[in-house]
Amino acid sequence: MSDSNKILNTVKDSPIIHVAPSPHIRDIKTHTQRMMIDVLIALTPVVIVSVYLFRMYAVKQLLICIVTCLAAEILFVRMRGRSLTIKDCSAGVTGIILALSLPGSAPWFVGVIASVIAMGIGKIIFGGLGMNIFNPAMVGRAFVMIAFAGLMGAGSYENITGLVDAVSGATPLSALKFNNTPAIFTHLFWGNTNGSIGETSAFACLLGGLFLVFRKTASWQIPFSILLTVLFIAGITDLAAAASGMLIVHHMFGGALMFSAFFIATDPVTSPLTSKGKWIFGCGTGILIMIIRLFSGYPEGVMFAILIMNALTPLINRWTNPQPMGEA
Amino acid sequence: MTDQPTAFERFVQGILPENPVFRQLLGLCPTLAVTNGMKPALTMACSVAFVLLCANIVISLIRNLLKPHLRIVVFTLTIAAFVTIADRFLAAYFFQMSKTLGPYIPLIIVNCLIICRCEVCASKQSVFTAASDAMGQAIGFGLALSSIAAVREILGTGMFFGIRVLPENWPDWVIMVLPPGAFLTLGLLLGLVNWIELIKSRRAS
Repeated sequence: MSDSNKILNTVKDSPIIHVAPSPHIRDIKTHTQRMMIDVLIALTPVVIVSVYLFRMYAVKQLLICIVTCLAAEILFVRMRGRSLTIKDCSAGVTGIILALSLPGSAPWFVGVIASVIAMGIGKIIFGGLGMNIFNPAMVGRAFVMIAFAGLMGAGSYENITGLVDAVSGATPLSALKFNNTPAIFTHLFWGNTNGSIGETSAFACLLGGLFLVFRKTASWQIPFSILLTVLFIAGITDLAAAASGMLIVHHMFGGALMFSAFFIATDPVTSPLTSKGKWIFGCGTGILIMIIRLFSGYPEGVMFAILIMNALTPLINRWTNPQPMGEA
Repeated sequence: MTDQPTAFERFVQGILPENPVFRQLLGLCPTLAVTNGMKPALTMACSVAFVLLCANIVISLIRNLLKPHLRIVVFTLTIAAFVTIADRFLAAYFFQMSKTLGPYIPLIIVNCLIICRCEVCASKQSVFTAASDAMGQAIGFGLALSSIAAVREILGTGMFFGIRVLPENWPDWVIMVLPPGAFLTLGLLLGLVNWIELIKSRRAS
């Protein structure tokens, strides 16, 4: 009797030993909620610049997309009978990124439909966060881009009047492509040009993006290789044309390149896992961006480039799967 | 042949329980290609119904002459004969529609739905059963095509059979009349049908 009590007491007093299957090393850095909060912090400068430049247009677009994304996440997760995942903030991040990639002049239903498609067909239908093949925000944007080409295309940017006078007018890339009129570097860098509400300021995107890279929330290989590839191809086209550096500046700082390279392409779910894979992913994205920009009817190709490379990600993962030691 | 379903069972099964598109996933090529409007979808459904009915009747009539190793060839040639009739008929009397449907009418020849019905039913059962099987499957195919086409045409153009049903300021979802819309609509409707089946089976148990 006393013996068994003794044993019970020693069991109670001894430190608890957790028994669990591997992996045993958990890194707080890879916690979903922490990563998403990092992304939210990194998006702050971009959001501030977009609200400063586009005022009510930006506020409206952000509110619509965030609210609809959260509502759609709750609705679809309920429909699948899963526990709510709203706390990991990923739906909010998708909403903000989606809003920032839309033109300010797009009517309300564009944001609503894009958000519902992003959450439903982009994410939940595959089984939720971590299971999706394509970046949800880009799925939503691609849907409305094709569905409402008239409201999303280059023309829709021209009837918007923001704070700065320069903001009404064609986007830098379409002005260059269709009218052959280049923009000024400082405008492209600080952001007082027209475009999707989050993409205009290369400075804000760089600021947020570098924060993500230094926090190791986003891997540096993907944005770096995308920018390097675009720089290389833009350099060749520039040399083939006037060799004034104007084309390089446009392709690097105009359009959605900076924003997408740091915030969209680095989505850990839809980009390769290995370092080598990330380089392949980045270079492929850069090449596709430049092919679409130079040879297609679209002035900007970042969205389609990222979606195509998302589709190739499982293949890249398989190619670059590291060999375990000892196996031939 | 006591274990074969009766004519009535064949007819009913084709409409919903064994719907060619939603339950068997057969004949998806025309399902995806011509459902951007109600008119082409129904023309396709009628052409398939005609070919399916005639092919089933002929195959059923000659079922005792079929040699096992040559049966698929005979099926295909029989189907091809009726597809040619349907194709020429459309070209003569509905020229514009024939142009819209393009290669998809001749492609009925390789529509696996028809070969499947010849193999499963017509080559084994009487003419009457084969004919009612063809009717059931054709109605099921028509229902599937028109349900997809209705969603795509209404969302994509705001119209139904070319008549405006949604307000003038409806923003057309152009993507719905393009190929991606076909895949999305088919996938979502398939999910809906499976979901309904799931609820049914849950209630039953």
